[in-house]
Amino acid sequence: MSNKTHLSVDAVSPQILRVAKIQRLQDAFFHRGAQLFALTVLISLLGIIISLLINALPALHQFGLGFFVREEWDVVNGEFGGLIAIYGTIVTSIIALLIAVPLSFGIAVFLTELCPAVLRRPLGTAVELLAAIPSIIYGMFGLFIFAPIFADYVEPLLAATFGKIPFLSILFKGAFNGLGILCAGLILAMMILPFIASVMRDVFNTVPPVLKESAYGIGCTTWEVVSNIVLPYTKTGVIGGIMLGLGRALGETMAVTFVIGNSHRLSASLFAPGSSIASTLANEFGEAEVGPHFSSLFALALTLFIITFVVLAIAKWMLMSLEKKQGLKT
Amino acid sequence: MNVIEVRNLNFFYGSYQGLKEINLDIEENKVTAFIGPSGCGKSTLLRSLNRMYDLYPGQKAVGEINFYGDNILAPGVDLNLLRSRIGMVFQKPTPFPMSIYENIAFGVRLYENLSRTEMDDRVEWALNKAALWSEVKDKLDQSGLSLSGGQQQRLCIARGVAVKPSVLLLDEPTSALDPISTAKVEELINELKNDYTIVMVTHNMQQAARVSDYTAFMYLGNLVEFGKTDEIFIKPKCKETEDYITGRFG
Amino acid sequence: MDVDEFGEKAGIKNMKQNIYSKRKRSNGIGLTLSIAAMGLGMLFLFWILGVLLVKGYSAIHLSMFLNSTPAPGTEGGGLANAIIGSLMLVGSCTLISTPIGIMAGIYLSEYGDRSKIASITRFVTDIMLSAPSIVIGLFVYALIVAKVNHFSGWAGTMALALIAVPVIVRTSENMLRLVPGSLREAAYALGAPKWKVSLMVVLRSAQSGVMTGILLALARVSGETAPLLFTALNNQFFSTNMNAPIANLPVVIFQFAMSPYDNWVNLAWGGALLITFTVLGLNILARVVFRERDQG
Repeated sequence: MSNKTHLSVDAVSPQILRVAKIQRLQDAFFHRGAQLFALTVLISLLGIIISLLINALPALHQFGLGFFVREEWDVVNGEFGGLIAIYGTIVTSIIALLIAVPLSFGIAVFLTELCPAVLRRPLGTAVELLAAIPSIIYGMFGLFIFAPIFADYVEPLLAATFGKIPFLSILFKGAFNGLGILCAGLILAMMILPFIASVMRDVFNTVPPVLKESAYGIGCTTWEVVSNIVLPYTKTGVIGGIMLGLGRALGETMAVTFVIGNSHRLSASLFAPGSSIASTLANEFGEAEVGPHFSSLFALALTLFIITFVVLAIAKWMLMSLEKKQGLKT
Repeated sequence: MNVIEVRNLNFFYGSYQGLKEINLDIEENKVTAFIGPSGCGKSTLLRSLNRMYDLYPGQKAVGEINFYGDNILAPGVDLNLLRSRIGMVFQKPTPFPMSIYENIAFGVRLYENLSRTEMDDRVEWALNKAALWSEVKDKLDQSGLSLSGGQQQRLCIARGVAVKPSVLLLDEPTSALDPISTAKVEELINELKNDYTIVMVTHNMQQAARVSDYTAFMYLGNLVEFGKTDEIFIKPKCKETEDYITGRFG
Repeated sequence: MDVDEFGEKAGIKNMKQNIYSKRKRSNGIGLTLSIAAMGLGMLFLFWILGVLLVKGYSAIHLSMFLNSTPAPGTEGGGLANAIIGSLMLVGSCTLISTPIGIMAGIYLSEYGDRSKIASITRFVTDIMLSAPSIVIGLFVYALIVAKVNHFSGWAGTMALALIAVPVIVRTSENMLRLVPGSLREAAYALGAPKWKVSLMVVLRSAQSGVMTGILLALARVSGETAPLLFTALNNQFFSTNMNAPIANLPVVIFQFAMSPYDNWVNLAWGGALLITFTVLGLNILARVVFRERDQG
């Protein structure tokens, strides 16, 4: 049992040297292999952008950059423009945010400050489960349950109240179909609500307890601690979370497709049916023949992808800077 | 005979110099202890001996460390091979997420091709060396994490011993253990030195006095004094050594 | 001079008390709204689940699992082909995306601290996590379906994989990073090569966390409709041929829900119930697996 083996080539057995050499090769192989797998994500992103561009080019060629503000969508005559779909996408997302953000905020505050410790985990899980429900389920719920209620009770109510106010009346004109931009916005709100709430909750949890305790210590109420300590500290993270929700809302397909009404007319009223980019793609791509229709759909897809990418990039950047701040302060 | 000779070793964490012109020899089959106050560089010196710092960019060693005559700081040295010859046991017990048997077999399998019976023998031998065999022989396939702290550390020692290195580096091996486990491990070190060369970092002076043959006292990155343990503790040559040993600082 | 004296000079009695009660009031309002928001959220959850149960329950019997989707206008039928098709799509997606995702996660965690490629990859992965899934479907259509001139299960699998991989990469990397450095050092100290350290020690140590990521990706992908619309399409008949259009639950639900046939709508609810409870079940399973790790 000699222990006198050491590094000198003549003393270490050739078998061990061989093993060491094979291992070096294996390590190099593993490194490059893992790197390649990591690159697949990058490659697919590039692929998506390139593929969308190539297929959208004919439409952009034909209609020019004015494509994005054209109101046409005439399959028969081959005249297309992105305005209706873009309008639908943006308006439904804004409505969704207006409703979901305050509610998410309330839920996040509840989960971090008010909830009794025993309930914290189950309720937090319940919120995350709500976020996990697939979008098509929200769509069916919207179509069969929510829209009828919306048409029978909510729309008349809105028309009777806000509809009477001079500047707002234009938003609440039209038949009470239930399906339409407002309904789609509300269903979207339900969808992104749990998502934003989870992110906000995680962000609120990064506040060092010591900061909150010192505020409670001088007699601040819970609400004051939240507004004066938690919110300012997590400001960038909260905005990042909201933008993440916006990114999700912009790209949502199935929930919106079921309830937005799928019409290609632009209308100021929130009760009117409309289209979003995603719903247009879902409804028409299957039947589109190669040509201006097909290409315009790709142009819409490219638009959606770029808008979402930018929003998500900003969101990510904001959340990252919150992480960095946390790292500096701990 | 000197197993390791450190010559003019300087160590840098980025621009901060952690070790300054270290020169010392590690004698074969003896226990050499590095002592000194926190931040003196003793762990840095220990971790240079198996080039563990190489895992972290920005850390750099300049100088020579000769292992049986070969400079391990030279470019092109196979680090994996080096580390199979110079083993290390850490302060915090780190059993792998595997069975007790597998914990030991993992290291052995890296460089040796043993049959099932040969591996069984080696595992038993290593666990015996670590005075753990009788306690675990009936539960070899249970997870290494199911053992107590002291047992886990002895498992790590068994793991280090199983691959039959020339040198064993111990980085504060008992600081996370209770007094009884500590005593067991110290007994172990005394026996292991018959077959291995041991270099140990400890912040416990009494442990160094009990266990080691040679002691190096370090302070602020400098090797202040190095010699036989008896001499250092009874008649230190430098004032700083004396101050540290008598507890005036650190 | 204290607050009350100041208040009296200004003509306000009990200023301290007034300030305090105002603060208490806003606190009360804020917290009540908070609780109301939580209540609303829970209301939604139970409302949706309740609706699913009520409407979908009537569709659940053995025939749903044995019969294939009915032709337009015909009575009865089931979802057998869609269920099998979905299982095949999700299954093959998992088989492909798991190794890719884990290896990418290993790269980002074990090799990616200084690399520029790693930070860009991380950034892009996070964005792909929330990217619109219909655009991914269109991409796979342009890449595969248009080139070979037919829809296929494999195209659907690829679209699903593009959605699952970022999820697995993200969770794997996070879980691997949680493994303490001392464990890695202990493995290196024995002379182990980096690939063995990464796979046999680090990955093994993080395995329940990584498992959780895979389950969550599975859950996510099981409910996705949009990416399948133009890749796997749908198939009225029972088929296990992945080279051709294959039936799947989400697209069947999409087609059936908006149709005028009662039995179709009924089956759509049944399918919706199936998918939802599968997805929720996987999510809960993932959480249980993850919690066990904390105790093990």
